[in-house]
Order: sequence, then C-alpha cells, then structure tokens
Amino acid sequence: MLEVRGLQARYGAIEALRGIDLDVKAGEIVTLIGANGAGKSTLLMTLCGQPRASGGSVRFEGREITRLPTFEIMRLGIAQSPEGRRVFPRMTVLENLKLGAIVADPAHYAADLDRVLTLFPRLAERRDQRGGTLSGGEQQMLAIGRALMSRPRLLLLDEPSLGLAPLLVKQIFATVREINENEGVTVFLVEQNAFHALRLAHRGYVMVNGRITLSGPGSELLANPEVRSAYLEGA
Amino acid sequence: MSPLHAVRDAAIAAFVALAVALPIVGVRTVDTGAVLGVDFRLDWVAAIVATVFLGRLCVLLWMGRRERAPRQAGMLETTALGWLALIGRFLAYGIMGFALILPMMSFADRYVVDTATQVLIYVMLGWGLNVVVGLAGLLDLGYVAFYAVGAYSYALLAQNFGLNFWQCLPLAGLFAAFFGILLGFPVLRLRGDYLAIVTLGFGEMIRIILNNWASFTGGPNGLTSIPRPSFFGLEFSRSAPEGEQTFHQFFGLEYSTLHRLVFMYYLILILAFLTSWAVGRMRKLPVGRAWEALREDEIACQSLGINRTMTKLTAFAIGASFGGFAGSFFATRQGFISPESFTFIESATILAIVVLGGMGSQVGVVLAATVLVLLPEVFRDLAHYRMMVFGLAMVLIMIWRPKGFIGARVPSIRLADFRRPAA
Ligand SMILES: Nc1ncnc2c1ncn2[C@@H]1O[C@H](COP(=O)(O)OP(=O)(O)OP(=O)(O)O)[C@@H](O)[C@H]1O
Ligand SMILES: [Mg+2]
Repeated sequence: MLEVRGLQARYGAIEALRGIDLDVKAGEIVTLIGANGAGKSTLLMTLCGQPRASGGSVRFEGREITRLPTFEIMRLGIAQSPEGRRVFPRMTVLENLKLGAIVADPAHYAADLDRVLTLFPRLAERRDQRGGTLSGGEQQMLAIGRALMSRPRLLLLDEPSLGLAPLLVKQIFATVREINENEGVTVFLVEQNAFHALRLAHRGYVMVNGRITLSGPGSELLANPEVRSAYLEGA
Repeated sequence: MSPLHAVRDAAIAAFVALAVALPIVGVRTVDTGAVLGVDFRLDWVAAIVATVFLGRLCVLLWMGRRERAPRQAGMLETTALGWLALIGRFLAYGIMGFALILPMMSFADRYVVDTATQVLIYVMLGWGLNVVVGLAGLLDLGYVAFYAVGAYSYALLAQNFGLNFWQCLPLAGLFAAFFGILLGFPVLRLRGDYLAIVTLGFGEMIRIILNNWASFTGGPNGLTSIPRPSFFGLEFSRSAPEGEQTFHQFFGLEYSTLHRLVFMYYLILILAFLTSWAVGRMRKLPVGRAWEALREDEIACQSLGINRTMTKLTAFAIGASFGGFAGSFFATRQGFISPESFTFIESATILAIVVLGGMGSQVGVVLAATVLVLLPEVFRDLAHYRMMVFGLAMVLIMIWRPKGFIGARVPSIRLADFRRPAA
C-alpha cells in the first residue's frame, strides 16, 4: 500500500532522513520506533509532503505521490494524527470532527460521526467542549477521531501514547487495533512506547539518526537484544 | 499583584508619561512679536504625570483584586456557552428590529439617519474585515484599499459607461475581490507582524496610485458628481427630467431631502444584512470552516487536506468584496470621492472595530462600530478633547473587556444538529 524508497529529507543543512526504505501492506499495523530526534516525525510529515522529500520516492497504492502538494496527498485516503495532537483549541469537539471530514463526501458525515463517537464514547460526552480545554488523553482521542473522519485507508499516528497514563495508553492501543481489525484501516504508528507498539504491530522498523537499522515482525523485534537494551530498558 | 509592585509599575508608567509629555505638552512656542519664543508649562506636565500615576495604580489594584476571584468560565471557554449564545442572539434580533424601525422614530431627523448610515457603513466594513482578521486570522492593515477600489469602481463605471448603481455593485465587488487576490498572492507565506506590514503598504500604495494617476482617477481633486441611486428608476430630486417622475411625485409626497437619506439608510441596511447573512452561512460551509481552522493551526489544517493557498485567497477575496460593496455605497452616498477618504486611519478604525468587537463576533462588530462612530459625535462639543476622550474610552474598553465586547467564539454546530449514536 505504501512503498518508501531511498527517501531523504532535510531541514536546511540538517539531514533528517538519510535514505529510508520501508513498506506498509494493506491491512497491516506497522510501527516505527526510535530515539528522540531520530527523524520519525519527519518521516511521517515527509510522507505528506511537508517538508518535501529531497530525494527518493513515496508511492501510495501504486501511485507516485512524492511531489504532490500536501492537501492533495491528504485527499487520497491518507490521514495523519500529527505529533502534539494539534486539535483546534477554540473549536468544540464536534467542530474538530467536522473539520476532519472537510474533504470527505458529506453524505458519510453522520455515519462517520456515529462511528467515531462509538469508538471514543468520551468524545460524545464532551462534544461541545472546546478542544483546548480537553485533557491530554481526550485530545489524543480527538486527534485520532478527527483523522478517522475522512475515511482513510491509511492512518498515520505520531506518538498517540505521549503523556498518557498507562491505562489510557492500553485503551488507545486497543482502539487502534479495533480500527485496524474491524474497519480494515491500515495503520502506520510512530511510537516511543516500544513495548506496547511492538506487541500491537504486525511488523516494526527501528530508526536511528535518519536511517532504518532494523526491521521485522513485532515479536521478533521485541526479542531482539539490541532493541531490548536501547528501547525497552526498564519496561 | 502586590501593592508594592503596583506602585513600581505605576511609577514606570508615570515616567513614560513624563518623557512623552515634557516635549509635547511641556514646551510651547509663543509669538513674542519679532521672534518665536518658548514657553514652559511644567504645571501641565505635572498634572499629566500625576494622572497617569494614579490612574495606573487604580487600574492595577482593581485588576489585582479581580484576578484573585475565580473567572474561569470566561477565560477558558469551557462549555458551549449556551446562555451567552442565547444573549447574543437576543441582542442580535433586538438590534435588527431597532435598525429596521429607526427612521420611523420621532427623533430620527436628518442628523440621526445620516449618523446611523455612517454606523452601518462601518458595520459592513467591520464584517468584511472580520472574515480576514477574525475568522481566517490574517492581520490586514490595508483593508481601506478595497473600500477605495469599490468606491472608485462605482464612480468610474458610472461616469464612463453610464452604468447604474445596481449594475455597478456586483462589478465593484468583483474588482475589489480581484484586488484582494492580488494582495493575497504575495503574502501567502506571511503571518502576523510581517503580514501586517505588507498589507499596510498595500493600502498606502492604492491610495497613492489614486492620488497620482490624475488622468484616470482625478488625482487629489477626486471624482465629483457621482450619480445617486434611484428607487426603481425614480429619482430623489426636486424635479424630474421630461417624461419621468421623481420619488416624491410618484408617491404624492411633499419633496423632502430626508427621503433620500432614509432610502440610503435602508440601502446600506440591506447590504449589511446580506453581508451578515452571507458570512454567517459561510462559517458553516467548508470554506468558512477552513478559514477558522487556518486561524487555529495551519499544520493541522494541511494534515486534514485543506488547501492553504485557496483558503487564504478566498478569505482575502471575500473580505475584500464586502469592502468593495461598502465602497460603492460610500461613493453614491457622498456623490464625491477623493483619496483623502481612504487613508490609513480608516483601516485602523475598521480594525479597531473588529478587535473591540471581539475578533470573529458579528454582534460585537455592531456594538464596536456604534461606539466608535458615536463617541466622537457625542463628544463633538468638547472640540479638541474629543479624540482624547475617544482614546480614553478605547483604553477603558480594553481593560474591561480584553477580548473585545463578545470575546467568546460561538460554535458553528449547535446541539440540535447532533444525533446521538445508536447504542
Ligand atoms: N522544523 C525543523 N527545523 C529544523 N530542524 C528540525 C525541524 N524539525 C525537526 N528537526 C530536526 O530533525 C531531526 C528529527 O526530528 P524529528 O521530529 O523527526 O524526531 P523524532 O524522531 O520525531 O523525535 P521525537 O521522538 O522526540 O518526537 C531532529 O534533529 C530535529 O531537531
Ligand atoms: Mg516526533
């Protein structure tokens, strides 16, 4: 579904991605783990054309999307819940969700809203609250829910567990699995929480300094001593 | 804030006042016959410094007391603000009703109707700028340019091609929208301060072009004898040309200059209503939602597939077209326009209306426009001091309502629009 070949990206003189090769197949949950500053968020953003790739290519469902403008990429069936959630602070939960569906067929809106609010009952309770006043976990739910409103086939999640209590992390991850299994949405998940992410994912990649250093099935990576010492210490 | 801090802060304010007042108020040139002498007015300076010190102290102590009291609801905008929305609506209907019957009131003489028309022009300009500044969050300091484009479009089209007001109105809006896009393109990547500077320059550019392109725009002399609109072909003059009727003849009324004023009043009222309705509708359409989303978070917007370029350009174009409509009306009301009517101070006033009204609120704009137009009128008798009162009032309003009259954003989806999911 998603084929990344030799992808490079830079911020001025800083090379953030130094040739990434990576595949996500339809129906999978694939996770990407790595230390702070490894370039994980940059990869997700580059897939969406922001920053633009300085080399390499990205194909989505067989189609070359490397040079498309961001807004067109996001209309092909890809949605992202960006790092830091980025919910619209002065808008209500309902308005945030409505914006998620802004490029979708309006005929689906009611059904999609039902679906998201069933997935996250907490959002239904708080539907008229302003995004900026939600708790961190609620904002995360809103960010994911908003991304789902466009009926994506590929969902990009950037650190959905950031700053959440263990119980809520479990809940969010369970929801991600539910989205994947029941609705057939392919998920590409960037995580610091390597333990949970690798247990959830079918396959995983490890990124160090803008390069992929390891890849394999989630359970295999979990057992890998390198991964254990670098990312699972104390877990 | 502790009293000690307050005193220190007030002392700083007093020092600033001293620095400003000393050269401006403290020294006065006097004519001593042969040469220009200098006269010192240190007592005045002392009075000003003392006033600033005490005023600042009062404000600080008063606000300090309020800070301790819980004022969470207003600051955090937690809920949907059901009651506030309700009051806002109630107020809106009240104002609408009042505006409709105003010319029929007993006190509505020429002056009242004329001033009310003036208020409505600013209301309309405020609503137009609100699209750009309040909704899309793009700080535009050159809005008067579109007002000018609208006014000159009407005047030139009417004079050169003999088009009437109703034919010119959409064209003027179109021209203004075109200029909006013209401004929009170079500033697509700019935000905040930088955007403000470029738009400011744009506003000045348009005015200077109007001033210097004398063969086309009449230069500083402006354009005169701009045609007045007619009431379905009936003129508002004392006598009609051969074979036609005037308004008062047709309706069998005594001729009065008030007729035209009242007609003008209703004309701008209708234009303002249309603007308000259009903006209100657009807030609920994808384009309007995208404007507001852009104001809140550009990156999130892009991740949702919103085309940032188009969104900004439509905001500039739509906002500008309302300015253009208002400009046409201004031209036909005055019958005379010159670049002097379109200086930076106009842009600043319109922006003040939007900010004072509470960025994005339509009712707020009405309140602010009323205050800003009426204040100088009410204090007309104070002559020189009326601008001072005006400034003072602005300061007080911003202390009392730092987010504007109606600072809370009203959600664009209501409870009733929501269907509970089937469990
Ligand atoms: N806008 C930017 N301008 C310049 N450098 C940037 C920018 N964004 C990221 N970087 C740099 O690129 C590198 C990769 O950053 P990135 O945000 O992709 O890391 P990450 O893997 O997501 O880290 P984390 O786990 O902390 O979120 C870092 O060295 C960062 O400092
Ligand atoms: Mg990151």
